[in-house]
Amino acid sequence: MKQLWELFFTFAKVGAMTFGGGYAMLPVLRREVVENKGWVSDEELADYFAVAQCTPGVIAVNTATFIGRKRQGVWGGIVATLGVVFPSVFIITALAGVITAYAHLAWVRHAFAGIRVCVCVLILNAVIKLWESAVKGRLALAIFLVVLAGSLFLKLSPVVYVAAAGAAGVVQEAVQRRRKA
Amino acid sequence: MIYIALFWEFFKTGLFAVGGGLATLPFLYDMAERTGWFTSSRLTDMLAVSESTPGPIGVNMATYVGYVTAGVPGAAVATVGLITPSVIVVLLVAAALKSFRTNPWVEAAFRGLRPASVAMIAAAGLSVAVLTFWNGEASGFGKIHWLPLALAAVLLVLTRWVKPVKKLHPIVFIAVSAAAGVALGL
Repeated sequence: MKQLWELFFTFAKVGAMTFGGGYAMLPVLRREVVENKGWVSDEELADYFAVAQCTPGVIAVNTATFIGRKRQGVWGGIVATLGVVFPSVFIITALAGVITAYAHLAWVRHAFAGIRVCVCVLILNAVIKLWESAVKGRLALAIFLVVLAGSLFLKLSPVVYVAAAGAAGVVQEAVQRRRKA
Repeated sequence: MIYIALFWEFFKTGLFAVGGGLATLPFLYDMAERTGWFTSSRLTDMLAVSESTPGPIGVNMATYVGYVTAGVPGAAVATVGLITPSVIVVLLVAAALKSFRTNPWVEAAFRGLRPASVAMIAAAGLSVAVLTFWNGEASGFGKIHWLPLALAAVLLVLTRWVKPVKKLHPIVFIAVSAAAGVALGL
């Protein structure tokens, strides 16, 4: 029980100190679970992080589940995950009420207009970075263009694109294998 | 029952959004259009808050959308909905981590999936950009909000090419942008 609490608090700390997305949390996470606690090695963390990026969901959450499971089994995985989301739930619900109350003030609206500009730039930077690692080869480029056009002009559920693109990757692999055989 | 609907919507998001928090964005825009729980311009403000508060973006967005839709219980339900499929999938994968990582079919599926994920994030980013920089009601040069666009250009240069500055934490740029927004009266 004590160890489960320790998992919860450690990951709550990581959640509270993460700004932005998955990559931003890596240094904070590393300091806590590799250096301070010695729960996992650098190699294990790299493995978890790599797989966390290609399992569904938020990367920070997936990594927390991996490490929690390694420490304390299934319950450890669940507790570590609840820990990492706890600060978000707490801070956002507290803040959302405040923001709604002050949303009519001119300077709050101006500040948000400024932040929105920054969000555009941050998304552009994220897309460039993801592009460099994900869009390699003709099939990847074709998938990118088709899904981009589809998302902009059709009103399909994103689930359709995810499923179709995953299937396209598998089909390509199968075709290549048949050719070799 | 709004809580069951919320849980289900976020369960789907958590199950199909691959590649981190921003990958949930297209699902949230889709949700805004289908359910009418919140507007897409409200979602853009929520994204701004989620980027500038502690916690992973995807989780912050889920909490915020849940809160806007159904108060504090909604925030909790949406967040739990988002993380439930992750936890299940990770617990299953963790048992066979090595073979999952090296399985060529899994690898092939992700080779297809990753560019799709980037494209959907790009499309969501474009819709945020349209809200920020485009004024459909004006005509001629007035159609573009020039001041925000100039700020974006400055930020882009700072975050990508200015050596000591670009290493700074994104929260620094968010704070500067908020201040610039107030100073310029955006």
